[in-house]
Amino acid sequence: MTFLTYLISGISLGSIYAIIALGYTMVYGIAKMLNFAHGDVIMIGGYVSYMVTTELGWSPLVSVLAAMAVCTLLGVLIEQLAYKPLRAAPSLAVLITAIGVSYFLQNAALLLFSANPKSFSSVVPIDSIRLFEGKLVISGTAIVAVIACAIIILGLTWLINKTKIGKAMRAVSEDKHAAQLMGVSINKTISVTFAIGSALAAVAGVLLVSAYPILMPTTGAMPGIKAFTAAVFGGIGSIPGAFLGGILLGIIEILGKAYISTQLSDAIVFAVLIIILLVKPTGLLGKKVLVKV
Amino acid sequence: MLTYGLVIAAYIILRILLAGGHVSSALQGQLVPITAYIVMAVSLNLTVGVLGELSLGHAGFMSVGAFTGVITSASLTSSVPEPALRLLFALIAGGIAAGLFGFLIGIPVLRLHGDYLAIVTLAFGEIIKNVVNTLYVGIGQSGLKIGMTSGNALNLGEGGKVILNGPMGAIGVQKISSFTAGFILILVTLFIILNLIDSRAGRAIMAVRDNKIAAESVGISVWRYRMTAFVTSAALAGAAGALYALNYSTVIARKFDFNTSILVLVFVVLGGMGNIRGSIIAATVLTILPEVLRAFNNVRMLIYAVILILVMLATNNVRLRAWFQRIRPGNGKTPVISGGGDGHE
Amino acid sequence: MSDKTRMVPLPSKAIVPERDALERPILEVSRLGINFGGLVAVEDFNIAVGRTEICGLIGPNGAGKTTIFNLLTKVYQPTSGAILLDGQDTASMNTVQVNQAGIARTFQNIRLFPSLSVEDNVKIGLHNQVRYPLITGVFRLPGFFRAERQAKDQAMELLSIFDMTDLASKKAGSLPYGAQRRLEFLRALATNPKLLLLDEPAAGMNPSETEELMASIKKIRDRFQIAIMLIEHDMRLVMGICEGIAVINYGKIIAKGTASEIQDNPEVIEAYLGKKKE
Ligand SMILES: Nc1ncnc2c1ncn2[C@@H]1O[C@H](COP(=O)(O)OP(=O)(O)O)[C@@H](O)[C@H]1O
Ligand SMILES: [Mg+2]
Repeated sequence: MTFLTYLISGISLGSIYAIIALGYTMVYGIAKMLNFAHGDVIMIGGYVSYMVTTELGWSPLVSVLAAMAVCTLLGVLIEQLAYKPLRAAPSLAVLITAIGVSYFLQNAALLLFSANPKSFSSVVPIDSIRLFEGKLVISGTAIVAVIACAIIILGLTWLINKTKIGKAMRAVSEDKHAAQLMGVSINKTISVTFAIGSALAAVAGVLLVSAYPILMPTTGAMPGIKAFTAAVFGGIGSIPGAFLGGILLGIIEILGKAYISTQLSDAIVFAVLIIILLVKPTGLLGKKVLVKV
Repeated sequence: MLTYGLVIAAYIILRILLAGGHVSSALQGQLVPITAYIVMAVSLNLTVGVLGELSLGHAGFMSVGAFTGVITSASLTSSVPEPALRLLFALIAGGIAAGLFGFLIGIPVLRLHGDYLAIVTLAFGEIIKNVVNTLYVGIGQSGLKIGMTSGNALNLGEGGKVILNGPMGAIGVQKISSFTAGFILILVTLFIILNLIDSRAGRAIMAVRDNKIAAESVGISVWRYRMTAFVTSAALAGAAGALYALNYSTVIARKFDFNTSILVLVFVVLGGMGNIRGSIIAATVLTILPEVLRAFNNVRMLIYAVILILVMLATNNVRLRAWFQRIRPGNGKTPVISGGGDGHE
Repeated sequence: MSDKTRMVPLPSKAIVPERDALERPILEVSRLGINFGGLVAVEDFNIAVGRTEICGLIGPNGAGKTTIFNLLTKVYQPTSGAILLDGQDTASMNTVQVNQAGIARTFQNIRLFPSLSVEDNVKIGLHNQVRYPLITGVFRLPGFFRAERQAKDQAMELLSIFDMTDLASKKAGSLPYGAQRRLEFLRALATNPKLLLLDEPAAGMNPSETEELMASIKKIRDRFQIAIMLIEHDMRLVMGICEGIAVINYGKIIAKGTASEIQDNPEVIEAYLGKKKE
């Protein structure tokens, strides 16, 4: 029964990672860049939700919507100001810029909200479910995380396969140049991708601080790195890959904590990533890239 | 030559200022860390600028060197009482240990490229941090002992001493590092790296960076030269780690985390990829700057972030770069990233 | 699927020139083939190249010519066939070992080391010719300065072939297109090959440059006594200097022979010459 408890909490943590990883993977697939600031957008989402609920006293649902709105705007703004001028630059330059953006967001949050951890009360109004005479407890947040992740995956799959913007996204990720020739606006597609990714980051942020209720300017950093790991693990650029990677990573982390060592759980997660990349250099569901000579 | 001259002149000037008592105590405290960061930046430049592969785990090697250095120094306390000599042994041990780690980690890492290589170096850096956090090392009558549960479980016996105490880090470290030692380490690092770059092996490393397929086509073993650069870079980071650690009485593993790796990477990028002198200047300025900007402590890092973004935009945006070239004709040395282009058409 | 033939029968209609006929060909290729997924890019490719022969590989775009170079240099692993270099089977070799065994090449889409100087590009070509240990370089041990001197002299001598010595300190990436092609040629030559593969060496050159190149190719062959195999669309160059020509279409050899034999072959005229240049 304890194993089941761990498994469920692994899946729920994994769902949050998956939502964050989706943002990484979509941006990578379309703009071919590692958006290191993505984790900090999560943190901003957490703070917005915190301010709306505790300072303004509005309902949790409103706070989630507000977080999504702010993060979407922020994501698009970051893209326009910092990344768009570097479309033609080497990927390392873009990466360092993203790191700069990450520093910026963390320190802006530090100024605005101070380094003191805020204790966040879960926005999820659902009570825990108790099964098997209370031996198995599933928290409301865990349930909502899994459901949110499922809805997001279904929604994204629909968006990408069925809508016009989705087709544009696929075209850009396959071949930017060809997409442009076919009349797809690269800039618009990338902006939309950032908007979607950042909105997802907001959702993930709220869920994350609901499940682990401590909010600091650095809150997004580690989950960001791990979700990024999850995206690479599943095959960066692949949406099912991000989902699979996120869930697996959550499970590995929680089971590692429970059965091996609390302190080494992160090390285990990263070790699994390394092993997977060595066996499949482009991740579990990643495409093999061909270099023509 | 200019690079050596710059370092030597800076050292002499600082020595004179120190003798005259013109250096604030805060800055004095920064002298050894600055030298360590310079060595970190110069050595990372070998991987990132010269080899053209992004490493996000350089602090991991610093960590290996730091704790190896601390343990070496503690173990040699009685047999080598002379601090300078003990420091030398500690630096060498730290360098060798980190070089060894570099080799072992390089075996899997160097099979990958680009973003995948970067993420795996990040992963190794985090693994090293986590593992060091769980290590307990002590020295007792029966020599060095290592455990993973607690300091007491090491059973060191009478007169035993815990050197590395899990998450508490290394405690009771004898501070034997000195500014002069740091200065010498910089010179040694420069000697090794500048000579390496300007030799047959260095050309091979840069050939691999510029075009891997072409390098192979002229008979250069890509694996071998990638490994050469990676191990050299790791070993020097290890020595820098030992120098850094032996400057404090306590050292924790978290000091050498992802953020430190990124900090050093920022030195390298702002100083200019492959530009060794640039790395030295960037590491110095950016380590001192926060001290100078104490008054603006709150916005300091914000400014730092904005500068970082602006410099990247200014040096890599096609239009801005053209504009800069117009206002500064004939000026070459802007930190431009040379793409490790394999030419994925 | 593909049969791995290891025995090398003398390829049909070998086009080894008479002066090389008594010696073993430098290159013997039999039944070489590769497919990418479903696409058969090269199939049943057979050829023998004499020790000092200049031979041409022609055919329409996408015929598989570059792929043949990639197979010979192991940039791609053949799915079938055997390659003997100077009688030695290269099956177990990788790109680096093939170069050390004696095949050097240029690339259709030039692959220089663009951020390095012209001189360094050639010195990198000399990597396995002028050697000294890593330690010697790092600690400037005895022998370092002599070896570097030697590398420099050899690099300058090679550069003088194309009158490029005064460009030695220029960045390779900043050279004009034609000069880049010549530099890549010299870099390949620096590896001291027995067989040099040139992929469209005259591409982007004007008629007078091409004329000069033709003379240089011959001169280099005579001076270094090596075999040269080249891919080229410029028929004047191919007909002018190639002693043997193989015509490829859809990954297969459709004709082999001397310039005049090729020119009269109706299949070739239809597949290639009839269409003129693409
Ligand atoms: N790495 C590869 N993967 C898939 N197809 C390839 C690859 N390299 C070459 N091809 C295909 O093989 C065929 C021959 O190409 P190539 O040898 O470059 O022709 P060319 O005769 O013009 O040099 C082409 O159809 C090309 O698309
Ligand atoms: Mg071709």
